[in-house]
Amino acid sequence: MNVPERKVKLKIADMAKKYPNGDGVEHINLDIYEGEIVTLLGPSGCGKTTILRAIGGFHDITDGDILIDGKSIAGLPPEKRPTAMVFQSYNLWPHMTIYENLSYGLKLRKIPKAQIDEDIKKILQLVSMPGCEKKYPNQLSGGQQQRIAIARSLLLKPELLLLDEPFSALDAKIRQQMREELKKIQSDLGITVVFVTHDQEEAMALSHRIVVMNKGVVAQVGTPTEIYDHPADRYVASFIGEMNFIDIDDQTIAVRPENLSLDPEAKGDLKATVRTIMVLGHYVQVTVQHGDTVLKSFVDREVSDRLSVGDEVSLEIGTHHVFAKE
Amino acid sequence: MFKYMNPKRFYHAVGRKKFWEFILLAVFIIFFYGPLLNMLLLAFSNSYEYPHVFAQAWGTKWWAYVFQQKSLVSSIAQSFIIAIATTAISMLFCIPAAYSIARFKYPGRKGFMLSFLLTNAFPKLGIYTSIAVLFYKYGLMGTYAGVIIIHMINSMMFMVWLPASAFRSVHRQQEEAARDVGAGPVRTFFKVTFPMALPGIAVATLYTFLGSMEEAQGTMLVGLGKIQTMPVAMYGIVLDSSAVQIGAVFAILLIIPSAVMIFAMRRYIGPEAISGGFKMK
Ligand SMILES: Nc1ncnc2c1ncn2[C@@H]1O[C@H](COP(=O)(O)OP(=O)(O)OP(=O)(O)O)[C@@H](O)[C@H]1O
Ligand SMILES: [Mg+2]
Repeated sequence: MNVPERKVKLKIADMAKKYPNGDGVEHINLDIYEGEIVTLLGPSGCGKTTILRAIGGFHDITDGDILIDGKSIAGLPPEKRPTAMVFQSYNLWPHMTIYENLSYGLKLRKIPKAQIDEDIKKILQLVSMPGCEKKYPNQLSGGQQQRIAIARSLLLKPELLLLDEPFSALDAKIRQQMREELKKIQSDLGITVVFVTHDQEEAMALSHRIVVMNKGVVAQVGTPTEIYDHPADRYVASFIGEMNFIDIDDQTIAVRPENLSLDPEAKGDLKATVRTIMVLGHYVQVTVQHGDTVLKSFVDREVSDRLSVGDEVSLEIGTHHVFAKE
Repeated sequence: MFKYMNPKRFYHAVGRKKFWEFILLAVFIIFFYGPLLNMLLLAFSNSYEYPHVFAQAWGTKWWAYVFQQKSLVSSIAQSFIIAIATTAISMLFCIPAAYSIARFKYPGRKGFMLSFLLTNAFPKLGIYTSIAVLFYKYGLMGTYAGVIIIHMINSMMFMVWLPASAFRSVHRQQEEAARDVGAGPVRTFFKVTFPMALPGIAVATLYTFLGSMEEAQGTMLVGLGKIQTMPVAMYGIVLDSSAVQIGAVFAILLIIPSAVMIFAMRRYIGPEAISGGFKMK
């Protein structure tokens, strides 16, 4: 993926942003390549928004630098940066029509009206909302408002599109649809996107690369499969996907439910007791008690049919990771 | 038909709660609109004597009388000049103050806000008298400036608090989005923040204007009788005239600007507008 000739669009160099109360982020180093969707992923309060706002110009950074196409933008106010940001909500100006919302930035750039009209028509088509120019934002649903906000950002042809949990206020079904649309728009336009979410599924579905954050620092950067298959530490392993942790001697074995099999004959050394059996379609989720930890396993119907609650089984660990015990 | 007007039937037809609500509303309407109606009748009666309900002769005699009095006509003009000046100047001072309260955190912000409450919390006459002492020192007694300052003191609380809450209801992201598409801070204020807070500001402006139109106490005291606004002139007329109709005509003249402004701004007025302007769902 990281072939050397790929152009670095955004470079964050040892950036720090500390709030007066000591919270914030530090030692952030990140290269984002042209045409890439990179997701900042992490639990609430880990500093994702802080980084995104620093890129957009809404925070002065405390240390380090931010460069776009090799030029520092750290000293510029938001209106001078070649970035465009979409917030979680309240993006649109409710006293302006959709047309006015969309055209405002273009007008400031002194683009002729005929051109503006044409661009708006095209972009509304792109976000599948043609013909809503005359409406006011409160006449649109939450999902439609977010589409308009994304359209407004795209119209300005930014070097970098910044999205801060743009779909988190929407319900699950629309979210998924918006995700797919965004991905398509991104690949059609070849635009570079930094996307913030605390939803790992969203990050996996959308991104070329994921930046996993933990308490103000970067825990791991990699493609979704790299992060899923080779989590750098226990934190990443627990945050991405489902993971069982089994302490054996002074080590912690991390194994995903699909890689943990159960032997109904209980021939192995690692013994456990079946707690629950839940059929989830073509596979079955079984939880077992091993010592004082509860482990989760995905097994086939033919295995689960031979199990009942309270049975003793033994564990067979397939693909796994070994971390030092905490 | 008439048997349904029987209060007992009415009571049972609409239920107890509705019945008392209706009675309360009726009483309220009589109290509120009764005097207004009476005033209207008075203003258009050429002659009227006390115990009667209706006038002996109808006409616009007293309207003609009022508009022939030079001092009365000039008082109308003075009222408007002072009300417009008061409104404009308090907007100039109070809107930036309101914005700073809404947007910036600085030490003493709470105290600053409360200080506006103080002007409305103490007995007016006490404040006016102590202000008068100061005004004598600076030669502001009997001047337009002095009267305008008095009117501004009265309206400051509304003029700061209402716009401040309106500004606060404008989400930061909405301002930031404007910066993001390329507007500088000043342009952002005039294109996004101000128009979105406009309903709250309009209500405050209306309050200030109407408050200034009807202020009499402070104007009399500080204006030393030299500044004759409509309410001040009205005091004089009502006190030394035998014709109650003049008072009625004046009262209607005073109501007209209020009614016109409330009608013009009806879209913005209401509990919702006061608590915070445009909102997004
Ligand atoms: N303006 C601020 N002043 C002080 N502390 C702040 C400020 N904004 C954020 N913080 C703190 O900085 C840390 C990181 O916040 P940030 O908003 O970047 O988190 P986040 O990862 O975006 O979380 P979420 O998923 O909840 O949006 C948090 O501990 C937060 O409390
Ligand atoms: Mg956030």
